[in-house]
Amino acid sequence: MRLSAIDLACRRGGRSVFEGVNFSVSAGESLTVSGRNGAGKSSLLRMVGGLLRLAGGRIVLEGGDPELTIGEQAHYLGHQDALKPSLSVGENLRFWSAFLGAASAGIGESLAAVGLDTLADLPAAYLSAGQRRRLSLARLLTVKRPIWLLDEPASSLDAAAQQRLSELMRAHLAGGGLILAATHGAIGLDGARELRLDQPAIALPEEAEAL
Amino acid sequence: MSPLAAILVRDMRIAVRVGGGALMGVLFFVVVATLVPFALGPDLALLQRIGPAILWLAALLASLLALDRLFAADHEDGSLDIILTGRAPLELVVLVKGVAHWLTTGVPLVVAAPLIGLMLNLQGPAAAALVLTLVVGTPALTFIGLIGAALSVTLRRGGLLLAVLVLPLTIPVLIFGVAAANAAVTGPVAFGTPFTVLCALTLAGLVVGPFAAAAALRQEME
Repeated sequence: MRLSAIDLACRRGGRSVFEGVNFSVSAGESLTVSGRNGAGKSSLLRMVGGLLRLAGGRIVLEGGDPELTIGEQAHYLGHQDALKPSLSVGENLRFWSAFLGAASAGIGESLAAVGLDTLADLPAAYLSAGQRRRLSLARLLTVKRPIWLLDEPASSLDAAAQQRLSELMRAHLAGGGLILAATHGAIGLDGARELRLDQPAIALPEEAEAL
Repeated sequence: MSPLAAILVRDMRIAVRVGGGALMGVLFFVVVATLVPFALGPDLALLQRIGPAILWLAALLASLLALDRLFAADHEDGSLDIILTGRAPLELVVLVKGVAHWLTTGVPLVVAAPLIGLMLNLQGPAAAALVLTLVVGTPALTFIGLIGAALSVTLRRGGLLLAVLVLPLTIPVLIFGVAAANAAVTGPVAFGTPFTVLCALTLAGLVVGPFAAAAALRQEME
């Protein structure tokens, strides 16, 4: 399986965010997308997931299921955790695994893997930001999908949880998955290649840049 | 559980729990319809003549109440992104969300209507006819409302825009719903004629609503 982007361009609100971005990730590999605020990291991930229209270029997946779009073979972990506060931890996870098409057998194990198994009956409204993040991550474990699109996956996670996250990512890569992660800092993936989006978000006149 | 059944169960659970819209809609309906006899006074003939119209207006406003959160809540917490990466067609997801909305707001209205009807001097066959028009007509309100809910999904104060967008579209439903209910109370038109048109409006809404709402949602994601 190989995910490649050719000459990708992104426009937001009439402004060009980036142009001419190329990358290629194979099964078992990870690519971290870095760049300053507004460089288009999140937009790039959303484009791969089919949540944002491409302004130019194309994204190709070789070796995937030809019946499905790339987004349907990918997990998108965005800034928001996609949890309903009035549902319990277990209900939230059971809903997403049923909706994304998994058997409900792995729910307990996935909750244990992110350290939330003792809170399964607690309404999600009472979770802390880090716990919400971990519950959101549990979705990636119950439903097997080869592509992980992670937008700042380590945000609000404590040191132990970050450690756990990198173990889960390494296990996913070892199982033949591939990861695209937008991040500011290191996320504990050895051998991850880096894509830098360094074009300025807004093309400034030269004198303005000199200031 | 299939993906669509999962959506149905989740939306109904959220609606009946704390902060959900199910109880809110029916309470609003009861309160509005109760105020009318107090405002008009105990003129039984007048109440009976305008009763169906009052109940239909109250039902229309009550079913709008919970609609503005239907997609906006999923958009704000990121659920809509995940729904779009699911393998269930968005049109069907929208349809199922509409069904869940109707089951949690439309059905309680239908159940409460005969009781409220008593206060408006609607009894026996008149109340039965009114309930029948509400059973058939309230799904049309939901499915037309889906379009407005999808169009206003990214707006912070979407509820107002929703009302402005949706209420004009519901005028035909209102006309034929009230006409059918009135026909049973006073005549002279046969009940069947406006009632059949009401059925047709619901079926048209069932087809057009989910497709239009799904298209609007896809456009909003840009």
